[in-house]
Amino acid sequence: MNQVVVTRSTTTSRIFGVFALAVVAAFAVFPMWGSDSVQRKLIELFVLIALSQMWNLLAGFAGVVSVGQQAFVGLGAYGMIIWVNNNHLNLYVSIILAAVLAAVISIPMGLVAFRLRGSYFAIGTWVLAEVVSLLMKNNTSVGGGSGASIKVAGTSPASRLDMTYWFAFAIGVGAIVLSYLVLRSRLGLRLQATRDNESGARSLGVNSYLAQFGIWVIAAFVTAAAGATFYLTNLRVQPTSSFSVAQWTAPIIFIVVIGGIGTIEGPIIGALLYYWCRDRFVDQLTWYQITLGVVAIVVALWGQQGLWGFVRHRFGIDLFPVRRRLVTPADTPK
Amino acid sequence: VSWVNAIVQGVLLGGLYALFATGLSLGFGVMRLVNLAHGDLSILAAFGSFAITRWLGWNALVSLVIIIPGAFVVGFVLQRVMFDRVVGVDPAFAIVATFGLAVVIQNGLYEKYTADTRLLKVGKLGTDSITITKELSIGTLPLITFLIGVAVLGALALFLNRTMLGRAFRATSDDPETAKLMGIDNRKVYGVALGIAFATVALAGVLLGVRTQFDPFAGPARLIYAFEAVIIGGLGSLWGTLAGGVILGVAQATGRRISPGWGELAGHVVFLGVLATRPTGLFGKSVPR
Repeated sequence: MNQVVVTRSTTTSRIFGVFALAVVAAFAVFPMWGSDSVQRKLIELFVLIALSQMWNLLAGFAGVVSVGQQAFVGLGAYGMIIWVNNNHLNLYVSIILAAVLAAVISIPMGLVAFRLRGSYFAIGTWVLAEVVSLLMKNNTSVGGGSGASIKVAGTSPASRLDMTYWFAFAIGVGAIVLSYLVLRSRLGLRLQATRDNESGARSLGVNSYLAQFGIWVIAAFVTAAAGATFYLTNLRVQPTSSFSVAQWTAPIIFIVVIGGIGTIEGPIIGALLYYWCRDRFVDQLTWYQITLGVVAIVVALWGQQGLWGFVRHRFGIDLFPVRRRLVTPADTPK
Repeated sequence: VSWVNAIVQGVLLGGLYALFATGLSLGFGVMRLVNLAHGDLSILAAFGSFAITRWLGWNALVSLVIIIPGAFVVGFVLQRVMFDRVVGVDPAFAIVATFGLAVVIQNGLYEKYTADTRLLKVGKLGTDSITITKELSIGTLPLITFLIGVAVLGALALFLNRTMLGRAFRATSDDPETAKLMGIDNRKVYGVALGIAFATVALAGVLLGVRTQFDPFAGPARLIYAFEAVIIGGLGSLWGTLAGGVILGVAQATGRRISPGWGELAGHVVFLGVLATRPTGLFGKSVPR
């Protein structure tokens, strides 16, 4: 056999795949064996993972950096107010509908934002998030400036916690799987080609605009689903905190950059680290924020590959291989 | 007449927005670097002035003799040690680094000064006004801040168009590689550019700090106004930026006149309208890249 083969999976990734399936299965049935307080923590962790994966798809693979993801978290939260409180729909159907609503609204937002490039796109998305927040603040049917609480009367807290957990679990794991599938698809190839060299990609017939726009809408959908799920544990939806950059987009950016931008493993590691540290330093949140800011600056300037990028570079490990590699006969064990 | 009043106030505020915007567009024009901590730096300068006035008992406007050179030096040094590393690479890293800086400044100020709102003291000047007609009077302070803003923009325009260093700025902005071949020290140009950007935004921060209250988390809104003024006016045009700032100020003032909750929103709507219909801005020369 003297053929050169193009492959993506590695022995490590196959072993990891089996291991990952076992972990996922254990978490899937967590409400049956774990405690409620840990379950609550896991909900937030899964939400963070989903939000970070989506930002990473945008910034790390599609090459569009958004500082306006809080718009979609907030729209997810307000979607719950609109569907549950104002239209009396089922809580869990409303999560899906809230995500659909956010995805629909993301289209006109994207049409405006995509007129800007690079850094100006980033601030443009921030302005759009402000606009959405102000519109909610001035709208009395969703509670105006003081916001509203999601009406959960008639559902038992215990079953609600379990259902919320499963939704968060599905969205978190779903976001990872989605990233993986998108990146292995033709769309992923187009995105990465555009990120690496936009004019080169375009000259080969890639519709960069459409590819990036597609990811923008997908990210809006998942981000809003995660936001809606998070607010099922919190219930109180407010225009300032639900649309807060500091509360949502700042942690997302720190998680992805510290974990390793442009890798699927990075946001997972970053989210675990972020959550674990925040739990420990909950009494000194201001100092925690300052430290995170400093670490993000250092990583962005001096260690751009992040934690996972370092591991991959040092040990050559790919758990979610999305890059194509050549296997020459010399590499194949006899 | 109250409408005329609102518009006049909007114009005066717009001059300050233009001053905020200048530093932002300078950094972008020369280094393709957008500083997400731009607004927070203006707040940092205002708190710096607050500390000086409290410590030495100076008038806030006098504190500018320390604040402006200080900001220039900080900008120059930050560019040399930090931001030089992300010039010309994937903008994601510049965005993250400056975003990190913004978070550090906000939380640092919060730790030191709490979330209380502050106002810089300028003595009797703060309440003086010039009466034009019976109903319309202009505050002396807003007028002075507006005139300072316009004067600085004018000086910058002269600097960019008439001096050797200004020419180096424009050359580096157009084509950094060729500029380097012509003997221009790009790193020095970048350092001076961020220094000027910091100095102007510090000035703007103190001038706004004597007019309206501020707290450690007021920075992002200012970044957004500066950005909107740049986009409305159009990239690459200093007087366009002044027009953009004034248009934004007037939009906010008239919006607020209609309903207190609509001021900011009216500004955003004008911005989105311009972006949707004329992405190069009203007076822009080039497409934003």
